[in-house]
Amino acid sequence: MAERLKVRVDPDKCQGHARCKALAPELFELDEYGNAHAAGDGTVPPGLEDKAWLAKSNCPEIAIDVVEE
Amino acid sequence: MSDVSQPAAHPPVTDWVNDFDHTDPQWTDDPFPIWEELRAASPVVHTERFLGCYMPTTYEAVREIANDTEHFSSRRIIVRNVRPEIARNAAPPITSDPPVHKPAKQLLLPPFTPDAMKKLEPRMRAICNELIDGFIADGKVDAAARYSKYIPVQAIAHMLGIPESDSDLFINWIHMILELGIKDENMLLQAVQEMSDYFRGHIEERRSKPTDDLISYLMNARDRDGQPLEESHVLGSLRLLLIAGIDTTWSAIGSSLWHLARTPVDRERLIAEPELIPTAVEELLRAYSPVTMAREVVKDTTVSGCPVKAGNMVLLSFPAANRDPKMFPDADKVVIDRRENRHAAFGLGIHRCVGSNLARMEMQVALEEWLKRIPDFRLDPAGTVTWSQGTVRGPRQLPFLLGKAM
Repeated sequence: MAERLKVRVDPDKCQGHARCKALAPELFELDEYGNAHAAGDGTVPPGLEDKAWLAKSNCPEIAIDVVEE
Repeated sequence: MSDVSQPAAHPPVTDWVNDFDHTDPQWTDDPFPIWEELRAASPVVHTERFLGCYMPTTYEAVREIANDTEHFSSRRIIVRNVRPEIARNAAPPITSDPPVHKPAKQLLLPPFTPDAMKKLEPRMRAICNELIDGFIADGKVDAAARYSKYIPVQAIAHMLGIPESDSDLFINWIHMILELGIKDENMLLQAVQEMSDYFRGHIEERRSKPTDDLISYLMNARDRDGQPLEESHVLGSLRLLLIAGIDTTWSAIGSSLWHLARTPVDRERLIAEPELIPTAVEELLRAYSPVTMAREVVKDTTVSGCPVKAGNMVLLSFPAANRDPKMFPDADKVVIDRRENRHAAFGLGIHRCVGSNLARMEMQVALEEWLKRIPDFRLDPAGTVTWSQGTVRGPRQLPFLLGKAM
């Protein structure tokens, strides 16, 4: 069985480019300043794994981690 | 006939590696081979021009500098012949360093979130279509002068709450500050003065009649101690929003259309797969990033192993970083469906462009509406494409023939 993935945004690195929200809107939320955090506890629902990796690989600040649990 | 709207010339460059000059006509026309030569020479190069200036040539060196606010100050953000005196509240937050940067930036962020931009989108679509209505029947158009220019001007005028009909006034100030002002300090000071007077008038009007726009928003903003902002701060931020919001996106939309005019295969693909447009916008931003910033070295340090001395400026070329083949495979090709794209077109670090969500929305809407109504277009062989000089690069004349080639 596949590992479950979790996304995490490092708040000290995020500068609000909002690429993650554009590419994986189900997995990220933006605050009132447009800075990102993981939606809920960051768990990636089945079927959205590709979007998690895509968000990570498009973050200009390298602020996103995708971890296997 | 001499053209008074062009800045005075510098001596021509013969040795790019030791004597680079981003205002040289060769750079303006085709900077990409120059950047490749500089990158091959060193991650950081230096010129004696502009009273001493470095340029990081790799993505990594650009990132190092953008993230190092201790050695690299934003108090001067344009590389010029001279170093005009540092004005208090020049254009916060872009000219601010920590710790004053963060509160000034946080003030401007909420009106520019992706959700806020969605509300503006219908107005942008209408603006694009009104512009297209003005020339579509002619069979040809200068797309820089009649389309890409007016989209960002009208958007930011709309947000600031100033008349869209003043567009040409704004465009002239920007030309004076970002192009002529590199070599002529008086031009720069005159434009700053005129802009401040203009905004003072609008602030005065709003004292008796508050409005729902960015000018009133800044007038009513409070700092961390609950105090209103100093007038110089409000004026500085208003100047920033007007300057930064216009020829940057003008350039990005223009370069995108220029690419599509010359690349039918990409154009056809975007027409067949419009859902690919947001991805294409990112790639066009990478390949033709308009904005080069600057920093001033305030303490000696090293960047990618190269010594860097205080007192010099730094030409922080995000466009050159975005062509670094170590970071982007096939960096010199436009790969319209590039999946991994950590481009730095909007900067890196704390000074990430506050208007990036607005610019992206404008580019996407401008390309969608254009392609819906003008699927076929090409460069007019009878015309000439010209590019702006210096800090922001994009087409200023973009002659197209509209419709299928005969």
